[in-house]
Amino acid sequence: MNFLFGKYCQTQLGLKRLPNLLRNLILAGIMACLLAIVGISQSWNLAFSLLNMCLISAIMALGVNIQWGYAGLFNAGVMGFAALGGLAAVLISVDPVRAAWAAGGQGLLFGLVIGVFTTCSAIFAWRRLSNSGSKRYWITILLLVVGFATMRFFTDPATLAIEAVDAARSGYLGGLGMPIMFSWIIGGLLAACVAWIIGKISLGLRSDYLAIATLGISEIIIYFLKFEDWLTRGVKNVNGLPRPVPYEIDLQNEAWFQQVTSTLDVSVVDASSLLVKACYTGIFLAVLLAVIWFSETALRAPWGRMMRAIRDNETAATAMGKNVQKQHLQVFVLGSAVIGIAGAMLVTLDGQFTPTSYQPLRFTFLIWVMVIIGGSGNNWGAVLGGFVIWFFWIEAEPVGLWLITFLTSGMEPTSWLRLHLIENAAHTRLITMGMVLLLTLRFAPRGLIPETKR
Amino acid sequence: MEGSLNSMALLANYILVPGLAYGSQLALGALGVTMIYAVLNFSNFSHGEIMSFGAMITILVTYWFQGLGISVYPLPTALIALPVGIGGAILLCLLLDKLVFSFYRQQRSNSVTYLIVSIGVMFVIGGITRFIIGPDDRNFNDGERFILKARAFKEMTGLSEGVAIKSSQAITVASAFIVVAAVFWFLSRTRTGKSMRAYSNNPDLALLSGIDPNRVVIIAWVITAGLAAVSGTLYGLDKSYKPLVFLHLVLPIFAAAIVGGVGSPLGAIVGGFVIAFSELFITFAYKKMAAYLLGDGVLGDGLLQLLSTDYKFAVSFIILVIVLLIKPTGIFSGKSI
Amino acid sequence: MSYLVSENMVAGYGGVNILNSCSIQVDLGQIAVVVGPNGAGKSTAMKAIFGMLPLQSGSVKILNESISNLPPFQRVKKGMAFVPQNENIFTSLTVEENLEMGAFTNPDAMVTIVEQVYSLFPVLKEKRLQRAGELSGGQRQQVAVGRALMTEPKLLMLDEPTAGVSPIVMDELFDRIIDVARTGIAILMVEQNAKQALSIADIGYVLVQGENRYTNSGKALLENTDVRKTFLGG
Ligand SMILES: Nc1ncnc2c1ncn2[C@@H]1O[C@H](COP(=O)(O)OP(=O)(O)OP(=O)(O)O)[C@@H](O)[C@H]1O
Ligand SMILES: [Mg+2]
Repeated sequence: MNFLFGKYCQTQLGLKRLPNLLRNLILAGIMACLLAIVGISQSWNLAFSLLNMCLISAIMALGVNIQWGYAGLFNAGVMGFAALGGLAAVLISVDPVRAAWAAGGQGLLFGLVIGVFTTCSAIFAWRRLSNSGSKRYWITILLLVVGFATMRFFTDPATLAIEAVDAARSGYLGGLGMPIMFSWIIGGLLAACVAWIIGKISLGLRSDYLAIATLGISEIIIYFLKFEDWLTRGVKNVNGLPRPVPYEIDLQNEAWFQQVTSTLDVSVVDASSLLVKACYTGIFLAVLLAVIWFSETALRAPWGRMMRAIRDNETAATAMGKNVQKQHLQVFVLGSAVIGIAGAMLVTLDGQFTPTSYQPLRFTFLIWVMVIIGGSGNNWGAVLGGFVIWFFWIEAEPVGLWLITFLTSGMEPTSWLRLHLIENAAHTRLITMGMVLLLTLRFAPRGLIPETKR
Repeated sequence: MEGSLNSMALLANYILVPGLAYGSQLALGALGVTMIYAVLNFSNFSHGEIMSFGAMITILVTYWFQGLGISVYPLPTALIALPVGIGGAILLCLLLDKLVFSFYRQQRSNSVTYLIVSIGVMFVIGGITRFIIGPDDRNFNDGERFILKARAFKEMTGLSEGVAIKSSQAITVASAFIVVAAVFWFLSRTRTGKSMRAYSNNPDLALLSGIDPNRVVIIAWVITAGLAAVSGTLYGLDKSYKPLVFLHLVLPIFAAAIVGGVGSPLGAIVGGFVIAFSELFITFAYKKMAAYLLGDGVLGDGLLQLLSTDYKFAVSFIILVIVLLIKPTGIFSGKSI
Repeated sequence: MSYLVSENMVAGYGGVNILNSCSIQVDLGQIAVVVGPNGAGKSTAMKAIFGMLPLQSGSVKILNESISNLPPFQRVKKGMAFVPQNENIFTSLTVEENLEMGAFTNPDAMVTIVEQVYSLFPVLKEKRLQRAGELSGGQRQQVAVGRALMTEPKLLMLDEPTAGVSPIVMDELFDRIIDVARTGIAILMVEQNAKQALSIADIGYVLVQGENRYTNSGKALLENTDVRKTFLGG
């Protein structure tokens, strides 16, 4: 009897699995079709640009999913980590500006040492004076003010000198002149280090305070990147980053490439940019698969089981002697590292670093929408979410415009309302995203590909 | 003597007056955030967009009044349009609660779910606002510009530093004072206000006392919406109205609420001013002041600035992070209205 | 027919039934006491009667009218009042405001009943303007009972009113409760100090694992050897 019952359960499970797999395949198929439609109706170049951005979005979404889906941590600082990855791309790949180093390198380094020393001594004082009342505050503040004033005494002239070096073209220290793909690793590491500090500060907080704290810290990071010209050129942007793939113009001049295009009877220009994009696609896909493999393995390992146990019942996990805060820190650092990698990849793809482009809407909240729509806790869901949401984020504008033009076609062409609607059609995408998020949360809170019970 | 008077005028002009106005705006915003937190127990990220929405309605009505030739010069027309803006914001909030938030209340969702929902709401309202009024900068202050002009102050006092008071600043501070006083009176003197505090303190017991939770929630939304519309309009009057700004204003507002202690109305007010004044104090260039007090160039030729003005907004986040670090419950510890 | 009649209540938390079949009655002017081991479901029964938990089956009636589907705040209007076991006062409100919130459904009580409550618990008058969270444990219990009385209830439900209260204050509190019952109010009380509580009870219920094990007058239960041995410690 028992035996039969077990058998019955097994077939039940097997049957349940199948539609899941089928549904996932269908969803992926639809996504591929959508991209293909763009390729056919708009252009293949556009389709590949979309695909590349989808891949990067998917990686970012995976990073967020590691934090949210595995551990229930609300990291609203995605933007900051992505920007740190971008910074790494600059600092690794750009050639060093020797004149700038000569002009202010020493002062800057010296100031840096003082800054680190100040911070350490302030922390030390804060810890040591834990039971000496208000004296604690005053001494710490005094240490900080004096320390940072001294630091500024050295760094201010140094940064001025650096920013004066050939201000129109450089005016910053430059980077290390290494291959840009190397920066993806460094971007991950940089984001991980900063995440460690942030995690140390804020992981003990209530979950929604964590969101606000990380949001605030990510803003601070962006301000830093925007205004510390000596490091990032600030709002003057860093353009022309080296590439990991060939340049279109070089391809076009290659004899073999001309031959191939002429036999295929396609335009050399189109084909070259398509090939470049396809190269990126290949590399990004490899990274995406590596990240997925890594996170799936981690999820299946005892580590992943423990993480989910903590997420589902923190009190019980604490009672069982798990160090929740330590586990959270691990997961926070890992997820941020993944976001950092994606950030570096994004800057690599763009070929430029633009601090002003980092907006919380685009870099934090959009990624969150991806994870939630895709299915929190499920890596494939995060990937699908990354694809779907990026696709609609880009395509909502033309589609919205088309829709509004279509709907108002009955009106006078110069009607005030019609012009207003068409002019502001772009904002429908905010509304659409919000609605999609709200509807998912309400009616399908587990997302497109729900987390599987393991 | 003259030197110290001049330096005081300098501080008044660049820190005291703008700080009071900005602080009032933040305080009103933070009070709204705190109200929702105290009653509904979640951090409402959509508050900035509700402010924006209320301000937008006020602006549209202002334009309409201007078209009709209605005006209350020297006061800005927006002041008589404000009640409509408040009404619009209230309608919006009640609608939001009915369509969105009430569901999660029934589900007894956790605070993070609420937070994400409020982000979705933020998207939608932000989109609607921009869709209706467009993303551009708008100046709708048609009242008298100044109460006290810098030149008049100089002539009056014979000092070389002027103090200017914009009428929008005076209006901001005055209306904030009135609104805050009204809210505090309501909370501490009326039965309904007390029932809100009771509900915030112990919802289950409030239920046992015959307090209708739906009513409390509705009133909390009404007050929050009113505060949001007022603070949004005042901010727009004082600076200028631009939808995008309100996305960025959410953080200083939350910083104010948290610094004061989320859930504590008094904390929200204090937090608002703490954030506003620290922003100004930390990014103020003390060079001129030092020159008045000590003589030219005694302290070198630097700007004597703690942090460059570029970092003005970042100051609030820095303070926020410090507070979260050393006293996460804020100055007036923790939740209770 | 008693004033409150609850029959065969089945209820629980998140699908797990704690009450399996529990019936409790009490009439005006009577004191009913529920005793039982920890975790027997005494508090759960009180919550179920007050509508803070949905009933799976069974019914709650007042004066033969079913109130099983009313939300708690409407049961207050029907004349029920409840002092829960934990968190039974508004800590951030003053004592007076606590009483005022008790009188939320009939504001007139603030004029009339409040003096009665103050004469019942004179300490409260002294501490009128102090925040209730700053009071001692015994004083808090008095605030809690006072708040419940402010609704002018016909039925007062108390979940362990003497928890954490010194023996002297406890005796006094019991005396007050008898006083209240004398005014014609029905009292339904869960008590840990079973002997003392049963000695003032008109009816006693012994609840075990969510079911009535014994039901009798308080005196009879005290004399029952089985009850004494298993539930009253000899
Ligand atoms: N909110 C809740 N959610 C889930 N289970 C609960 C909840 N409250 C109580 N329980 C469970 O219901 C059972 C009965 O609890 P109840 O509080 O009714 O016991 P009690 O008889 O009042 O005990 P005590 O004498 O300790 O107050 C316990 O096993 C408890 O774990
Ligand atoms: Mg109990």
